[in-house]
Amino acid sequence: MPTIANVDVKGFVVRAGFLKSCAYFATGEGDITLSDQGIQVLRPHKDGLLAAEPMNEGAGLITSGDDGCIYRCSADGSFELVAERPRKWIDLIAAGPSGAVAFASGRTAWVHLGDRRTKEFQHERAVGGLAFAPKGLRLAVSRYNGATLWWPGTDGAPSELSWAGAHLGVSFSPDGKYLVTAMQENALHGWRLSDSQDMRMSGYPAKVKSLSWSAKGRYLATSGANAAILWPYYGKTGPMGQTPLQLGGRPDILVTSVACHPKEDVAAVGYQDGSIVMCRFEDKAEVPLRRPGKGPVSSLDWDSDGMRLAFGSEAGEAGIVSLQE
Amino acid sequence: MSATQDAQAQIPVTVLTGYLGAGKTTLLNRILTENHGQRYAVIVNEFGEVGIDNDLLVESDEEIFEMNNGCICCTVRGDLIRTVQNLMKRRGAFDAIVVETTGVADPAPVAQTFFMDDDVRAAARLDAVVAVVDARHVLQRLEDTEEAEDQVAFADVILINKTDLVTPDELAGVETRIRSINPYAVMHRSERCGVEIAKVLDRGAFDLDRILSLDPHFLEHGHHEHECGPDCDHDEHGHHHDHHHHDHHHHDDAPHSVKSISLTAGDLNPDMFFKWINQVTQVQGPNILRLKGILAFKDDPQRYVIQGVHMIVEGDHQRDWKGDEPRESRLVFIGRDLNWDVLKQSFQACAA
Repeated sequence: MPTIANVDVKGFVVRAGFLKSCAYFATGEGDITLSDQGIQVLRPHKDGLLAAEPMNEGAGLITSGDDGCIYRCSADGSFELVAERPRKWIDLIAAGPSGAVAFASGRTAWVHLGDRRTKEFQHERAVGGLAFAPKGLRLAVSRYNGATLWWPGTDGAPSELSWAGAHLGVSFSPDGKYLVTAMQENALHGWRLSDSQDMRMSGYPAKVKSLSWSAKGRYLATSGANAAILWPYYGKTGPMGQTPLQLGGRPDILVTSVACHPKEDVAAVGYQDGSIVMCRFEDKAEVPLRRPGKGPVSSLDWDSDGMRLAFGSEAGEAGIVSLQE
Repeated sequence: MSATQDAQAQIPVTVLTGYLGAGKTTLLNRILTENHGQRYAVIVNEFGEVGIDNDLLVESDEEIFEMNNGCICCTVRGDLIRTVQNLMKRRGAFDAIVVETTGVADPAPVAQTFFMDDDVRAAARLDAVVAVVDARHVLQRLEDTEEAEDQVAFADVILINKTDLVTPDELAGVETRIRSINPYAVMHRSERCGVEIAKVLDRGAFDLDRILSLDPHFLEHGHHEHECGPDCDHDEHGHHHDHHHHDHHHHDDAPHSVKSISLTAGDLNPDMFFKWINQVTQVQGPNILRLKGILAFKDDPQRYVIQGVHMIVEGDHQRDWKGDEPRESRLVFIGRDLNWDVLKQSFQACAA
């Protein structure tokens, strides 16, 4: 039976997850709560925290705030300043290979490389999202009317991908073959990178804010509908012409957060009412993990073994679901 | 709809418009220093020369997002959506939001943001659009630019500032001109923006409060209607161009200047009315800057209030008609190039 250990936090949980065995909960009020053997609370930012992203292999947590600072926090409770852009609200960050950190404000994106060099990338319109490719030092910047792919380590020419509209969240498929963006309109857009073939994934009643690739990149799970919508990516043409899998359907509650299990074909699905379930792809069987709470589930993530799930809500609720005794 | 759209939970937003030098920043600083006990999140387009002293100050580059094939009715301020969403991560840190726009900003995308984006709608409600105008220069601005006229037309509250720099006759001329564009806004005179802050903030003015003499508790629970055409794909009507082609004609005042009209009727047939208003806003949306109204539907004990910006129309039941209150439907349009006679006749044809 799954068990829940609640963790005390204050404020909107911007991001919850694990750095190896240590669970973290970063809130908009600026607290980063670490829960491992004991509880530690860090406050690197002067005021609020706008975004938090774990580094590869759980090496640390990158956070950004309305103080214009970007910090790297470690599971031991230490933190150090990575970069600072005074007066800017840094609300987009991404962690890349070899300690690279990308961040953006307005129309500018920066990449702070592990060797402390910083590259700046200007765009004509606002940056909507950042993602590093799974292999090689390649950064995708979603923006108005498309996305730009940069090579921050070299001065190679960028590639431009075009599609009208505002592109926000962005993600590479784990095999690096596809780039997917969540749009201001209630739809996803994707490009097959080998030939820039467009893919339009629509039909959502709300904006898609949570994306998660399943084990081996077979499916892309998404929020924004009355069920978790999982687009198949295992065929040659990805989701084109395919009907997505729908898991954890509810008649009148939106899915607000999704997190695919790191090993099994299973996804954790969080809803607008605060409830969380776990769904198996094969037969859509559901296991309830959490009852409704005070606010929408805002963040979900598994530990690397897939035995524990960290969650947080917009209403300042957080905790860890354990699948074993 | 969802519980998150509870009017009580929505943060009130005041939008300040006005030309450079009219006094927006002065007004903003008065709001921030005088209204003690209220904590504001302030969104500015650029840090101006005059400092703004506030804890939660966000600089935001205007980013116009066109949705649905570039229909002007579906343009929103992408930076505002992002900033409001970011502010919601610190919901406890402020009580209200003030948005200061650039002098040349078209107020429509700002207002539309609060209707078009579901996340913003759930989090915030437009309290009022406040236009600050400079008594000495406004007439010239209105001659020179369409934005100045749009700002006046869009406003719920108009602050005629720097009245000490003009003669009483000149001031009367300014007021007459402004009234001719927008007779429904609440107008105040001031020197150095010395107006009682309560007359500017928390007006519920966008919710029609003063204009159509409603009580302030407007957004009670009820269903919202968000009507924005099938993909807003109204280009086939050719109206898409209307907003642009008159840019160079604003001196020959008559045909394209902003006018307003108030339509009245008794009880309406709701089916006919909704069909009609949808059609009017679909076809003439680009020319409709604002619309507001209180409606009496046949056999409906409640007043129905409606408002709109371009093609967006939003309506809700408000409260019961009082016993001594005449059941009268009233609808106000502010816009350009509208055929008032046709509107009047077709509105009255919706009578029950």
